[in-house]
Amino acid sequence: MARMRWPSPRRGLFNAVLRLLLWLSAALTGGLLVAIVCYVCYRGLPGLSWQFLSSAESILQGTAGILPSIFNTLYVIILSLLIVLPLGVGAAVYLTEYARSRRLTAMIEFAAETLAGIPSMIYALVGVILFCTALGLQKTLLAGSLTLAIMTLPTIVRATQESLKTVPKAYREGALGLGAGKWRMIRTVVLPSSVDGIVTGCILAAGRVVGETAVLMYTAGLSTAMQDFSTIQGLMKASGSTLTVALYVYAKERADFAAAFSVATVLLFLTVLINLAASLAGKCLRRG
Amino acid sequence: MTKRKPAEVSMQILFLLCGLVAVAFVLLITAYLIAAGLPAIRQVGLASFLFGRTWDSTNETDPRFGILPLILTSVYGAAGAIVVGVPIGLLTAIFLAKAAPPRLAGLLRPAVSLLAGIPSVVYGLVGMCVLVPALRAWLNLPAGDSLLAAILVLAVMILPSVIDLSAAALEAVPKEYEEASLALGATEPETWFRVSVPAAKSGIAAAVALGIGRAIGEAMAILMVAGNVANMPSLLRSVRFLTTGIAIEMNYAAPGSLQRQALFSIGLVLFLFIMLINILLSLTVKRGKEV
Repeated sequence: MARMRWPSPRRGLFNAVLRLLLWLSAALTGGLLVAIVCYVCYRGLPGLSWQFLSSAESILQGTAGILPSIFNTLYVIILSLLIVLPLGVGAAVYLTEYARSRRLTAMIEFAAETLAGIPSMIYALVGVILFCTALGLQKTLLAGSLTLAIMTLPTIVRATQESLKTVPKAYREGALGLGAGKWRMIRTVVLPSSVDGIVTGCILAAGRVVGETAVLMYTAGLSTAMQDFSTIQGLMKASGSTLTVALYVYAKERADFAAAFSVATVLLFLTVLINLAASLAGKCLRRG
Repeated sequence: MTKRKPAEVSMQILFLLCGLVAVAFVLLITAYLIAAGLPAIRQVGLASFLFGRTWDSTNETDPRFGILPLILTSVYGAAGAIVVGVPIGLLTAIFLAKAAPPRLAGLLRPAVSLLAGIPSVVYGLVGMCVLVPALRAWLNLPAGDSLLAAILVLAVMILPSVIDLSAAALEAVPKEYEEASLALGATEPETWFRVSVPAAKSGIAAAVALGIGRAIGEAMAILMVAGNVANMPSLLRSVRFLTTGIAIEMNYAAPGSLQRQALFSIGLVLFLFIMLINILLSLTVKRGKEV
């Protein structure tokens, strides 16, 4: 083939400029991430120590510590997942396995989309009125977890639904043909083969919970002291800051930027971990 | 079909209830926001609440509850974030979907999802410690906390969702369109910009709408960089958004006070904004599917 020639130098230049723009934007996007990660680690890593991660803040000794916030974060993740998981998976099962009426399906899906689009500040307000005041839970991690369960519902529904849709029809027909009832078919065939989607949904929901600040700031409290997680009473009444809220408190209310950046480093590490886990779960658990 | 077992019927009902939970939550949120938001609007008056130019809720003798500065700041902030963020996001999406060597795309994709996963307080912290001092130094301002700082932070924060959705839309463009264009003698970049982008129009519009929604709804990051004084919006002045207007006073307003009720009214206005954008979004997505 003869060497291709540009019809005109102007057009060649135009093409080169377009290509350059694409590369520049991509470089900017990637560069931003690298810059943010490097800067946060640069300012945060020096303050990270075993003592910082494994103790509570002590004013007497003048040492910072984020162990209570780590516990609070874990508690909120576990509790909100426990609440949202059955609801979300159930909703997805209903949408893909049972729903006959198109209108009802459209309504539920629109509701889920709406929930996904509502800003966290609105969830914070609703959590304050509904759980803290109307249900009388006060500012507790429990109230925060309940609010976050509503917020993460669409994430779980969507991930489960995607995965349920990929279960081959033959599996279902096989089970039904062998005489299984619908619920038995769902329990023994459909749900086990869509476990990858459910796990991915949980990981994504955990990611949203870890990153959430506004909701927890107004529904779960700001305390950085250790909470009592050993009794039911303590679990109900526990009130404190998760990692993101602690970061905000350190940065904005105490101007302790060293501690804030150390918390930010921990959060970045968690974000990377969650992203890796989500993509691994999708790959490893897929059947076949 | 023979008689169904009671277990089957009760499970079906249980699943239906789970499905309806999402609908119930939306109704509950709407009802509570309206119930909590209306009293203050009624007391202040709709016109002077929406179009009042002064927000001075803690003034003991003459408190003012006008949220026009907050509304305009949110609108300008979202518009600014779109103007800055969408071109970069769209170009990156074209790069990802069309131009990137596979290996580079394999690196950039996780980077974008990592950007999406970084908590907003971390963006706020970096903005507070890098962007705000930099703006103050470059522009010779008394303080760098400004609408401009918020716009830049928001632009970065909407990037991942814009990139993600646009790239997905661009990848869904039928190969035949592009092959036809290339066969007619158009170069690759010309094909991407003149064939693929117009063909993915509705997906890209949805990406922009999602970006607007995220920009209007963001609170924590801009709370840390915008200065939070309820000025009428101006690029280099300290400003207060709808979201930050709620956030900044929520922990201090006394329960039952008009100030606290007014915060819920701001929430109601914010909610209406978001619902409007959501409806627009679902309309563009639907129209895209029909075409």
